[in-house]
Amino acid sequence: MSNSAKAEAVLALHRFGMGPRPGSIAAIGTDPRGALIAELDRPLVLTAAAVLPTSAKAFRTVADANARRTARVKQAQQQARKQQMAAAAPAMSEDQAQAQGQEKQGQAQDKDAAEIAAKQAAEAVPDPGRPMYLQEAKLRTEAALAADIGFAERLVWFWSNHFCVSANKIQSMSGAYEREAVRANALGRFVDLLLAVEGHPAMLFYLDNLESMGANSIAGINRSRGLNENIAREIMELHTVGVRTGYTQDDVISFANVMTGWTLVPPGADPQHGGEFTFNPRLHEPGGQTVLGKRYEQEDAEQGRAVLRDLAAHPATATHVATKLARHFVADEPPPVLIEQMAKTFRDTEGDLKQVAIAMVSSDEAWRGPPSKLKRPSEWVVGVVRATGITTVDPVRYTGGQELLGEALWRPSAPKGYPDDEASWIDGVGRRLDIANNFAERITGMADPQVIIEDVFASEIAQEVKQAVGRAESRQQALALLFMSADFQRR
Amino acid sequence: MGVNHWPTRRELLAGSGALFAWSQMPRIARAEGRDPRLLVVILRGALDGLGAVAPVGDPDWVALRGDRALLLDGKPPALPLDAFFALNPAMPNLHRLYKSGKAAIVHATATPYRERSHFDGQDVLESGFTRPGATASGWLNRALLAMESGGGVDPRGSRALGIGSVTPLVVRGSAPVMTWVPQRLLPASQDTQNRLLDLYQHTDPKLATVLQARMKLASLGGAPGTGDPMSDDPTLMPPGAARVRAYFAEAAGTAARYLAKPDGPRVGAMGFVGWDTHIAEGAASGQLYNLLGALDGAFAAIESNMGEVWHETVVAVVTEFGRTARINGTQGTDHGTGTVAFLIGGGLAGGRVIADWPGLKPAQLLEDRDLKPTTDLRAVLKGLLRDHLRVEEKVLAETVFPGSTDVKPMGGLVG
Repeated sequence: MSNSAKAEAVLALHRFGMGPRPGSIAAIGTDPRGALIAELDRPLVLTAAAVLPTSAKAFRTVADANARRTARVKQAQQQARKQQMAAAAPAMSEDQAQAQGQEKQGQAQDKDAAEIAAKQAAEAVPDPGRPMYLQEAKLRTEAALAADIGFAERLVWFWSNHFCVSANKIQSMSGAYEREAVRANALGRFVDLLLAVEGHPAMLFYLDNLESMGANSIAGINRSRGLNENIAREIMELHTVGVRTGYTQDDVISFANVMTGWTLVPPGADPQHGGEFTFNPRLHEPGGQTVLGKRYEQEDAEQGRAVLRDLAAHPATATHVATKLARHFVADEPPPVLIEQMAKTFRDTEGDLKQVAIAMVSSDEAWRGPPSKLKRPSEWVVGVVRATGITTVDPVRYTGGQELLGEALWRPSAPKGYPDDEASWIDGVGRRLDIANNFAERITGMADPQVIIEDVFASEIAQEVKQAVGRAESRQQALALLFMSADFQRR
Repeated sequence: MGVNHWPTRRELLAGSGALFAWSQMPRIARAEGRDPRLLVVILRGALDGLGAVAPVGDPDWVALRGDRALLLDGKPPALPLDAFFALNPAMPNLHRLYKSGKAAIVHATATPYRERSHFDGQDVLESGFTRPGATASGWLNRALLAMESGGGVDPRGSRALGIGSVTPLVVRGSAPVMTWVPQRLLPASQDTQNRLLDLYQHTDPKLATVLQARMKLASLGGAPGTGDPMSDDPTLMPPGAARVRAYFAEAAGTAARYLAKPDGPRVGAMGFVGWDTHIAEGAASGQLYNLLGALDGAFAAIESNMGEVWHETVVAVVTEFGRTARINGTQGTDHGTGTVAFLIGGGLAGGRVIADWPGLKPAQLLEDRDLKPTTDLRAVLKGLLRDHLRVEEKVLAETVFPGSTDVKPMGGLVG
């Protein structure tokens, strides 16, 4: 393989994949662009995830545990109160002044006892959401470690962040949501992806649509409650056409009315289907709505689907999505030509996301710039681990590390997801050194920096880095310097 | 974070790497009613012996190091050892031990290795062979085996202790090793940060700016000896000297606690990194000063945690080679040859600097650049193994340090 082919292979792995791993440069062969495209033809299924619960099942499991916990706590408090009364009884017969004093003291003690009993009862029923989150994190990360290139996995990551939910709010479903709604559609049509995520219980929960009801709906009238605009605004601002593309506050309100009734089956009410999507007509604002100048007269969930289909086909959505994709993969300020090529493909193919991805890697514009894009912490960590050939993950350590680096998995602080620009991440590079140093120490017995440079990277590493690695005082230091080098930090 | 628990099985990130589970405790060297302990500390990266123990009485000393020379009237003043040598001011504990006869310093010493590769140098230092890559076991482990099979000492088996994520080669081998990994994250050393900064300055100015800002913040945060005010979480602390001190003290203190146990291991080894001071060495204030201060704190932790068995303890602190006698172009020193070894412990006949001083004139330096080694480090180590652990001289010459028949064990080190 020529040096320029090697260089393009390494760039392909960094910029569009998860980073070089043992054998990946050979797997790409002499045609990195073709290999990237070929990877998109493989099924994007997490076979290992077959054992994991569906989002609805996960949600029910946590709801059941919560209900059990509440019952245990109530029981413990009642028992403590009974004991309190029994203990207080003898004091009544004693001298008045003394009794009063004792009673006060006794009440304080009993209150403590009740609190302790309640706390113990609560702790006896741990939250099953956390182990499910960790298991999902493990399988997702191991898929990224095992991928030949990881272009398809990167697309899953991208869309998962674009359509993010937060495990801080809905931990039980966070991993299953990505599998069911995002992964299943990341290489399909944008409209199908959009319908899947906006109709997913995790998203409806995350963006408060369970609370939303039409002011003139049956439930709205009976309960004197009404609309929550959150999901309607975020769908337009973040998920589809993008901010400042011409929609008004009235559009947001109308769209929010359209989305009323999109909810989930209450887990307590239905042990079979609790946690699944359902359309509840009692919450739905009756009548037609006008969104972005178009009238929608449908009577049920079809009304919302019709709006979503139109939003997916809106020209502003093509530009918004193309810009975000190009910014994520290629550069903070991507070439306008590239954006236009991708947006055109999006429009021409009715939002075929695989074709958009192919358009990106087929464009010379996507390969031209130097590797100046700073990797996000998640990309950097997975790249470092891949370089060592390690393919299994301790999810506690791994998610903890990502949290330290400011990009906790499935826990962005806002619906906008994690940012994609250098300014947001560069100040955290110092902290990456702690992680790199620690990781280097752990693996120093099984990873050879020279092997990583020569075999994994085919020596496509800056001369200065090779020198620094060669002169390091220890293998640990050599690995830490290598992992921290711009060759690992940028793509 | 508790440090009192016994070492247990542990797993590396890869899911492999489980080491020996704790089982029956060993005892060694019970002959003569003694129960000696030996801890070996490897300073990885090559300690500048002249920056640690300065020959202030040598007429060529100041000319050699200029304003970087440690002096008795320097700022801060070096600590006098005898009429000729003075100790780095970062090491008051070592000075106190020395004055009470519980520490000795060997100067102008080196292993038989005469090249300048860290990895090969450490391999020779720890394997006990004369050339690198000769074996996968260390001299301490083989010494232990010799005692087991020799019959002269406790026959019930023996065990060694290794501290750190990676068991030091010196203690690896057929005799089982148990390991303990410090809970703390050791921050990237000052040296690693300097190198990374240098790398960034040549390859990525933006990353250089960020790293520089962080290093500046750290230098404001952690003066030696102060606790970290920021957080209990070591991963969130600034990477200052305070963290290094805490790490050294915890690691060494824990090793001592295990060795002190009546049914614990009797020999152990650990390594400290960060001594490769090519840039801004800072012997009187700076990275070497901070590292030596951290090492001094580790000595205090060992003395304290050894408790009643301190009088039966010897600690040998060794490094793969020394550094250039002169300061280089970046206020640091490059790889050299002759250096120092520190010996401390209640079992030691100390209070002296052991050196056949080679002098510092250009012609007296090795290749006109390094402190010339005049004492074979193996003589020192063989002396300790023979007189402290009672390993036979023949075994020492044949299996522990193969090919060292001509290197006679140094006598009189143990009291």
